This record gives sequence, C-alpha cells and structure tokens, in this order.
Amino acid sequence: MATPTEALEAVMPTTRELVLDLHRRMVRIRRFEERAGKLVESGDMPGFLHLYVGQEAVAAGVCSALTDADQITSTHRGHGHAIAKGADFRPMFAELYGKTTGYCKGRGGSMHIVDMNRGMLGANAIVGGGIPIAVGAAFASQYRGDGTVAVSFFGDGATNIGAFHESVNMAAVLNLPVIFVIENNGYAEFTPQDRHMKLTDIADRASSYGIPGVIVDGMDALAVRDVALVAIERAKRGEGPTLIEAKTYRYFDHQGIKGMRILYRDPAEVEAWKTRDAINLIEAIGVERGLVSAEEFAEIWAQTEADIEDGIEFARNSPDPDPVDILDDVYTS
Amino acid sequence: MTTRELTYVKAFNEGMHQVMAEDPDVFLIGEDVAGYGGVFHMFDGLLTEFGGTRVVDTPISEQAIIGLGVGAAARGLRPVCDLMFMDFVGVAMDQIFNQAAKMKYMFGGNVSVPLTITTAGGAGMSAAAQHSQSLEAWLAHIPGLKVAMPASPYDAKGLIVGAIRDDNPTIVVLNKKMLGVKGPVPEELYSIPFGVANVVREGSNATIVAIGRMVVEAEKAAANLEAAGISVEIIDPRSVQPLDIDTILTSVKKTHRVLVVHEAVEFGGIGAEISSQIQESAFDYLDAPVTRLAAPFAPVPFAPILENAYVPDAPRIEAVVRRLLERK
Repeated sequence: MATPTEALEAVMPTTRELVLDLHRRMVRIRRFEERAGKLVESGDMPGFLHLYVGQEAVAAGVCSALTDADQITSTHRGHGHAIAKGADFRPMFAELYGKTTGYCKGRGGSMHIVDMNRGMLGANAIVGGGIPIAVGAAFASQYRGDGTVAVSFFGDGATNIGAFHESVNMAAVLNLPVIFVIENNGYAEFTPQDRHMKLTDIADRASSYGIPGVIVDGMDALAVRDVALVAIERAKRGEGPTLIEAKTYRYFDHQGIKGMRILYRDPAEVEAWKTRDAINLIEAIGVERGLVSAEEFAEIWAQTEADIEDGIEFARNSPDPDPVDILDDVYTS
Repeated sequence: MTTRELTYVKAFNEGMHQVMAEDPDVFLIGEDVAGYGGVFHMFDGLLTEFGGTRVVDTPISEQAIIGLGVGAAARGLRPVCDLMFMDFVGVAMDQIFNQAAKMKYMFGGNVSVPLTITTAGGAGMSAAAQHSQSLEAWLAHIPGLKVAMPASPYDAKGLIVGAIRDDNPTIVVLNKKMLGVKGPVPEELYSIPFGVANVVREGSNATIVAIGRMVVEAEKAAANLEAAGISVEIIDPRSVQPLDIDTILTSVKKTHRVLVVHEAVEFGGIGAEISSQIQESAFDYLDAPVTRLAAPFAPVPFAPILENAYVPDAPRIEAVVRRLLERK
C-alpha cells in the first residue's frame, strides 16, 4: 500500500488546514450516516440507506483535491461523496425525508443526491451506472478546454460490470481527464472479493487499458488525497485517466445500521478494520505532529452535531411534495 | 425557400451539417461515424467540415457511447450519439432508460439531458433478427424519452434538427429501407418539433395511422383504394413519444374507421396504445373496431419469402381497409 512518501510530503505538505479540512469532511459523513441510519431504523424516515461509514477517507481525500467546477459521479452508497463534495445537510436530510426542499425535491431520495452547484453530478442506484457519465463529464471538460476533471467513485463489485470496462477503455482511447476511483471494501453487496474476481489488486485492471493503476490505503485520507492529486495533475496535463484502487472497509451492513442478517463476514474482520479507522488516524496525525489540538477536533464533532440537528429540524418542518405536481420535470419544456 | 429532391439519408445528413454549423455545442460520437461517415453514410462529410473534436469515432462500446453523451449533456453540451442499428439499444439500455431518461425527474429538475441518439431500424433487407427490429414501443414506454421515426426525406432532416434542439433525451430512428427514397427537401435549416403529427393525405372513408416506413406503404394502398372510390386519410404521428393523439382523434371523428399499421410486432406495440386511446376518447364515433396491422409475434426472419410475409405491405393494408369498410 502506498503511503505519503517524503517526496510527496515536500510537494504537498500536511498542513494544519489540510488536516482540519479532511477531518471535518470525514466527521460530517460519519455522523450524517449514523444519524440517518437511526432515523430510517426508527421509521421516522422512509426507504432504506446504504451507509458509507468506514470509507470516509476515500471521498474526503479525493474531494479535498477537487474544486466545485470538477465533476463527480457516485453510487447507491453516495451520501459520503455528496458531503465530501460540499453538500449541505439541510437539503440532504430533506431529500431523505422526501420533502420539496430536498436536493431532488423528494423525487430521488437517498440514492440520487445531486448538487450541480458543487459538481456533484448525481448518485446512481445502478451499479456502474455513473462510470460512463463521468467519462461524458470529462469529455465536456476536454471539449471546452476548461481545465476541469471528472471523478467516478464506484465499488469493487462495479469493476465486474460492462460499463466499467467500456468506460475505462473509452476514456483511455480518448485521453479524457477522468479519474476512476475504486472503493474496494472487499464485498460486492454480500459476496467477498475472492468469490467475484481472481485478482487481489483491482488496480491491475488498469494495465488492460494502458493507463496507470494505483493502489492506496483507503483508510488514510492524506494518502488518498496525494494519489488523487497526482492523478488530477496528470489528467490536467492531457495525459488521460488514472485508475485508483482505495482499499477500504464498510463498517455497516450492505444497507441499514443493524448487524449482519447472515454471517457473510467475520465480526473479527470488522473489528480489525475499525482499529485502522480513518478519523482516528487523522486525529492521531494532527495531535502527534502538533498541528491540531484534541479540543479543536472535538469542536468539529460538536459543530457537526449542531449542523445535523439543524438539518433534521429543517427537513421535518419542510412541506411534503404535492401529488398534483407528480408529472413535473419528466420532461424539460 | 428553395426546395429540391434529396434522398432520405442526404436530407438527414444536410440537417446534421446545418445544425452543427449553427451550434458549436453539438458534437457527434459513435462507431465509425467520423472517418467512415457512418455505415449508412448518414454522417458523410462531417469530420471534414467540423474536425475530430466534434466528430468522434469510438470503440465498440454502446453503453459507454450513450453514457458519455449523458454526462456531456448534463454539462450542457448537445451530443449526438449514434447506435448504428436499433437492435443495439439493448446493449446500451441502462444508460438510455435508467440514466438519460430519468435524470431530469429523479434529480428534481436540476439536470437536463439534451442528448440525441440516432439509429436505424426496420426490416426488409434480409438483415435478420438482430439487425432489423423496430423497438420503438420499448423506448416510448419510458417516461423521459422522446422517440421519432421519420417517414420522408423532409422529416428526416426536420426531425434530426428538432431532436438536437430539444432539451430532452431524444431518439431518432431512421428506416434503413428508406435511405435512398427521394422527396422534396428545403435547402434552408428547419426544425420539426416532436409531438406534431403529419396529415400525409386527407380522406373521408377511413384513417390509417402509419408508423415509420409504413407511411409509404399506406400511401401506395391509399392510391389503389382511391381508384376504387375509397378515400383514405393517412396520419403519420412522426414521434411515438410524445404521441399527437389529438390529430389522430380529429381524423377518427371524421372517418369513423381506423387502422393502425407498424412493422414492430403487434403484441404490446405502439398500435395497442393508439387503439386504446382512440377507444377511450372516441368510442362513440367508431363504426368499426380499431384494427391493427403489424408483424407477427416472432423475431424478424432472414429468408426474403419469410421476411416479406412478416412485414406489413400495401396490399395487406389495402385488404384490411376494405374489410374495415365492410363493417356496418
């Protein structure tokens, strides 16, 4: 696994601001997910949720290297990407509650958060469905020459679907400024990686398309950010796409916050990954290097709680959609 | 307006040239659309005129071609993605019906997808089961998509321009057997919006609603019937989604008898929808049941004798209209 090298450290130093930024993004994701999970579990919120807890370093690390003008596409497990890209809690909670003030006016729900103002081109409930769309966003970057890039986040399971192979090859052939980020959490829904592919390192698939494949510790936001920056710079130089494999882990089940319905993975495995928790790691780095105090980290947690309560209250007090409007926005008129 | 005779494919091609010259956000992407000009020469000359940034060849990757179009359209460009044969929509279907069609609605109106998909459908060329289908009912069934089937050179040009200017995902299904058919086409750039039917021929005894190339067969049938003193009105919906049911109903209320013809299979075809809407909205005006003439429920066969039996044609249209008129 790649860790920040001394050379990278010299170019991209771990500053106090960076540690605070990554920490804030990750804490916001974690607490949003835990809180939303409970709200669905209690029946307060409709539908079901695929929670991102455990994988925060991937979204936070990559998105910290992007601007609002850069585009991302996301997955059914997409809250983390939206939050990392800067999405607000109010319209996010409102969307999960199915309210008119939600990001999608209550039309999309958990699996379809979108925020065009922040380059969040939409979460996608079809595994691999967002990958070709990111290629299209990158095509628009190249077409306009606007210097932006696109990132597609997807899981290990998605790399077995045709859209992945078609998209990576197409982006390679057309030399598009896109970064493919595999969040390898070891499971395609409930099926472990060794039963859905023969590879140990999915980054090896990059060689099939003639592009770089990079492996990074997906529990280390700083390391993720570093490889993302290298890939982004490469894309902006016109050298085409990069495939990044971030090795990470999903703390909760495929969906919801309850424990495993069947023991498809060893609880000891879950606990082992939790000892490498991304938020604990960045806090340890911040404190050990004297960049950020424990009190300052505590303040981020507290502010996040306040923001979450504000978002939930806003959502609960927002109006329901009116069935009279059910045909609105099927078409652009 | 200067009008001259052009083939269906040249008319389409002229529309592409003119709309790309008009709008720098329009680009074309697909398999062999650039260097080769498309396997049906739909895109001849575009690479030379507009260059490799705007006219782009791709690997054989239909899903990625459409997905690229979806992403680029969501960012405000106006992609034209070619799928060559309509049968290939299945390969790209997720990007068409789960992505392009739903983004506007699912994302609360925040994203528009001004994507145009071009493709060629229809039987009659011994191209067999995977290169001959008419799958418009599949596409018309998906909220968010618009589907047009030009039935003349004039419409081939006008509808591709209308599709590209439309802010929604549109599919323009050319008919392979009509590529060389000639007809009057204005030189100027013009646009035909989706959802506006064409009254191809006015008549008083019966209405034929014909889809795609079946308009041509209906016209032949109508000419024969006219010689026998039977006056037939022909309605070409032009787009099956949206469907201009009002123009169809107006005609039905005038003629009281109606035949719907398409070359897709009859079961679950667009004719079923049109028949149902007519009976729900104009039952009291009908002097005979709404009748359908379409392909049997089988894949398109290869042997010419089988394929001829499979696709509706003018003699069968004529025979069905005569039977419709026998009903008292």
